[in-house]
Amino acid sequence: MTMKSNMTIRMAIAGIALAGVVATPVAYAQAKEQFVPLLSYRVGPFAAGGTGIFGGFIDYMQMVNERDGGVNGVKLSWEECETEYNTARGVECYERLKNKGPTGATVAHPLSTGITYGLIDRVSVDKVPLVTIGYGRTDAADGRVFPWVFPMLTTYWSQNTTMIKFIGQKEGGMDKLKGKKIVYLYHDSAYGKEGIPAMEIQAKKYGFEPTFIPVPSPGNEQQSQWLQIRQIKPDWVILWGWGVMNPTALKTAAKTGFPRTKMLGVWWSGSEEDTIPAGDASKGFTSATFVPSGTNFKIIQDIQKHVVAKGKTNMDDKSRVGTSYYNRGVVYGAITVEAIRVAQQKYGKGKPMTGEQMRWGFENINLDDKRLAELGATGFMPTMKITCEDHEGSGKVKYQQWDGKQFKPVSDWIDADRSIVRPMIEESAAKYAKEKGITLRDCSKE
Amino acid sequence: MLYREAGQFKASYKEDQQIFPIKQDRVVILSLLAAMYLVVPFVADQYLLQAILLPALIFSLAAIGLNILTGYAGQLSLGSAGFMAVGAFAAYNFMLRIDGMPVLLAFVLGGLCAALVGIVFGLPSLRIKGFYLAVATLAAQFFIIWILTKVPWFTNNSSSGVISAQKVEILGYAFVSPESKYLLTLAIVTVLALAAKNMARSAVGRSWMAVRDMDVAASVIGIPLMRTKLTAFAISSFYCGVAGALYAFVYLGTVEPEGFSLDMSFRILFMIIIGGVGSILGSFLGAAFIVLMPIFLSLSMHAIFGGAVSAGLTSNLEVLIFGSLIIFFLIVEPHGLARLWQIAKEKLRLWPFPH
Amino acid sequence: MNFFFEVLIGGLLSGIMYSLVALGFVLIYKASGVFNFAQGAMVFFAALTFVGLMELGIPFWFAMVLTLAVMVLLGVVTERVVLRPLVNQPQITLFMATIGLTFFIEGLAQAMWGANVRGLELGIVDEPMPWVLDNWNMVISRFDLFAAAVSGILVAVLAVFFNKTRTGRALRAVADDHQAALSIGIPLQNIWRIVWAVAGFVALVAGLMWGARNGVQFALTFVALKALPVLIIGGFESVAGAIVGGLIIGAAEKLGEVYIGPFVGGGIEGWFAYIVALLFLLVRPEGLFGEKHIDRV
Repeated sequence: MTMKSNMTIRMAIAGIALAGVVATPVAYAQAKEQFVPLLSYRVGPFAAGGTGIFGGFIDYMQMVNERDGGVNGVKLSWEECETEYNTARGVECYERLKNKGPTGATVAHPLSTGITYGLIDRVSVDKVPLVTIGYGRTDAADGRVFPWVFPMLTTYWSQNTTMIKFIGQKEGGMDKLKGKKIVYLYHDSAYGKEGIPAMEIQAKKYGFEPTFIPVPSPGNEQQSQWLQIRQIKPDWVILWGWGVMNPTALKTAAKTGFPRTKMLGVWWSGSEEDTIPAGDASKGFTSATFVPSGTNFKIIQDIQKHVVAKGKTNMDDKSRVGTSYYNRGVVYGAITVEAIRVAQQKYGKGKPMTGEQMRWGFENINLDDKRLAELGATGFMPTMKITCEDHEGSGKVKYQQWDGKQFKPVSDWIDADRSIVRPMIEESAAKYAKEKGITLRDCSKE
Repeated sequence: MLYREAGQFKASYKEDQQIFPIKQDRVVILSLLAAMYLVVPFVADQYLLQAILLPALIFSLAAIGLNILTGYAGQLSLGSAGFMAVGAFAAYNFMLRIDGMPVLLAFVLGGLCAALVGIVFGLPSLRIKGFYLAVATLAAQFFIIWILTKVPWFTNNSSSGVISAQKVEILGYAFVSPESKYLLTLAIVTVLALAAKNMARSAVGRSWMAVRDMDVAASVIGIPLMRTKLTAFAISSFYCGVAGALYAFVYLGTVEPEGFSLDMSFRILFMIIIGGVGSILGSFLGAAFIVLMPIFLSLSMHAIFGGAVSAGLTSNLEVLIFGSLIIFFLIVEPHGLARLWQIAKEKLRLWPFPH
Repeated sequence: MNFFFEVLIGGLLSGIMYSLVALGFVLIYKASGVFNFAQGAMVFFAALTFVGLMELGIPFWFAMVLTLAVMVLLGVVTERVVLRPLVNQPQITLFMATIGLTFFIEGLAQAMWGANVRGLELGIVDEPMPWVLDNWNMVISRFDLFAAAVSGILVAVLAVFFNKTRTGRALRAVADDHQAALSIGIPLQNIWRIVWAVAGFVALVAGLMWGARNGVQFALTFVALKALPVLIIGGFESVAGAIVGGLIIGAAEKLGEVYIGPFVGGGIEGWFAYIVALLFLLVRPEGLFGEKHIDRV
């Protein structure tokens, strides 16, 4: 190839690249559509979680379209954008998708702590509710300071109080906790550290001795941490892990002879993707969850009937329908659709909602037992009532144990200790409000 | 024809030493700058400003920083994101702890803190070279992130280790709209890029290049190795630090230490290799390429495949093609995009008469 | 004191696992001067391909042979498509090309086999050996000993290969001086192909060991980060250095985490290994076993 033609090709490639980026995507508008942007990740270290959660999310929306023809006739539409779990890419995806659909992006599920932080400032300018179910910024549960952020169902602090309650149950009463040793083995990151303040307050209250042991990211080597644990001889180990850290912890626990029945995982440690790689070492491991795995729920069976059986499922591997990640995705979908329905009741049935209307919808969700039964989600998710002050709305967590093949529930819904969690949330939110110069919303006026 | 320097005589030292000695270059650069300042903010939509131009500019600045160290002084570093983190967290703390701290000064101080840290981690470079040094700079990357996570003081005792940058306000004007943020970043980047360009062609820059080409020879002709290498580390880290502060204050608003990951360091290194090692222009081209390419790929994959193939497959194909493109560019032009521009200039000189 | 030895032995055994990954780097660096960042991705790719084939119902040994064939193919293609066009380019360009290769392999692996994570059982239990536990109250895992033995055999095989076979000697000649080797008629491209194929084999072994340890998933690529400090201690060019470096890093890292960690907040393993390596470098800038280069003006 001559130098010249070589150059032309290169220039052409560069030209196409620029043209492609500059050209703004057009032609979306269909009046009766509610657009849901999906900042998904299907590559990289967390792809297993991403494919499961977004698969469940999309399948649920597909099911609502197939079974009910949308929400009061408004079809759900969505578009995915690959974030690779990278904050800058996530922000770009959000900006790219936020003006699509007839009413723009009306909800954002970032599904990554980093991207959540990158979007908190933006969503309040753009008026888009930021929904982080089971992750994200805990103190955002104070809706007076964070009107646009919804860390729904349960926060990390709530979850931590349920863990201590669960341990108390196993030990035969909260008073038995006195003098017990509990190791908190955590992913050394913003996420892993979230649980520490709640642990410390409860340690004072119940008199157990906590030890905090960090595992440097990514956590694929934990020999020294588990030898330390072997020295301490704790009664319980709380595993606050993420990704490869979880199977490694289970394997290393087996290697150093710590019983897995005394290990309690956060929900990001409690999926099939965490236990299967560790093989037999995971047997007996218990983890928290806000949605049990399995297909014995009407909501999942509806998806199987209306979506999977018709070959419209988003999952490449159909056997993953009903696994932990998938079911979490279904909950994300169910809550989002519920918010649309609630908003439509106020602002007009059969109309696509705007971001502000959606925010009202989220803030007035009330999933009591009756409503859950209507959704076919009895036992599938806890009851939840969101208000202007309280963007968490539930705090209930279930525990499930891995029997070598699947997770089996070993507890009922356990309530978080709100007397501990709520003051912590308000204090932390107030600090944020002061740093940022935010005036609190007056909830009595809304 | 158009691009010809014949007839442009330099009658004084001043004229001989200007940054762009050729008139056409000056015209192009000035009109480009004018367009960036006067046209883009009015034409570009929010998406282009906030999601593309802003990160591209900020990463250009970091790439200039790394280019000073790697491209000019020849010291390979894999710790750029760590130095960015220092800048971001230092600027945050200056704003937090000193009342009435002007935000621009906080950026500069953040950069200076990064420079100090850079000097400390640059010390091994006096003894270690090449890939050994590159791996050693990984120590900086991991250590900085670790200490920011570990010491609560840095994050103002935030339980999770996340900081929310303060409002950017200069002389009572709050930079909130995308246009204003873009202009602020553009102004900072312009000033620092000009400074870098000038440094590169001054005595400092020449001593860097001498050290890069052969440090033993450089020391023989009287260039102090220690001072030269450490200034390179300091200035490079300063640029990264300011870029980090902009990343936190102007681009994201809320950041966590892990956000400044090793992956980001690699991305910055990619920028200078693809753009052109030892070229300020290359830093801009490389940053634009690395920021734009994945977005372009993802848009085109959506356009080509739509819903036909599963989303997982298209996402993986994006990564696969991105990797292939990097290899492709390295093969066709190992000296980076900036070299393409040079070749184009050579051609333009002759055009339309080939001889 | 008992605990000290337990940590030390655990560290040494973990260190061997790092060496296993470091070996792949050393092989390629030795023969072609390329710092192959894609080694971690190759480990992941090999393990995933192996497990994927097993899932299709292919028996263990046959899956192993097939995976090996895939790895050899990958090596040959890499030589032809990536390395040959870049011959004589600066080292940093080659290094960046291997990072591009990393993206390529990672995308390819997940596009082929999906994002699911999988377990891998080699049939050796990863549990403390009862008699050591009873007699000395120390936990030593049988699997770790097995992995150490595999590494030992691998190093011995490589040592014989490098020192006793014709190809091996040619490899060393190429490592010493490309041009001199060319001038006496050693076919450079063949040598590179062989080296990449051997590195693929080492990646497969490392992938199986690490995969059995942590499960087969994307995070296997991160084991490369554990191997880098090993490399700078042992030197980029020395097989023996990779082993010794691994032992030093493994032991130092664990002892550091257990005895220094608690005083500074813990979680220091991520950077401690690098600091240890750095200290070694300040004394010997080319690693313990690296070749000393003398700069001439």
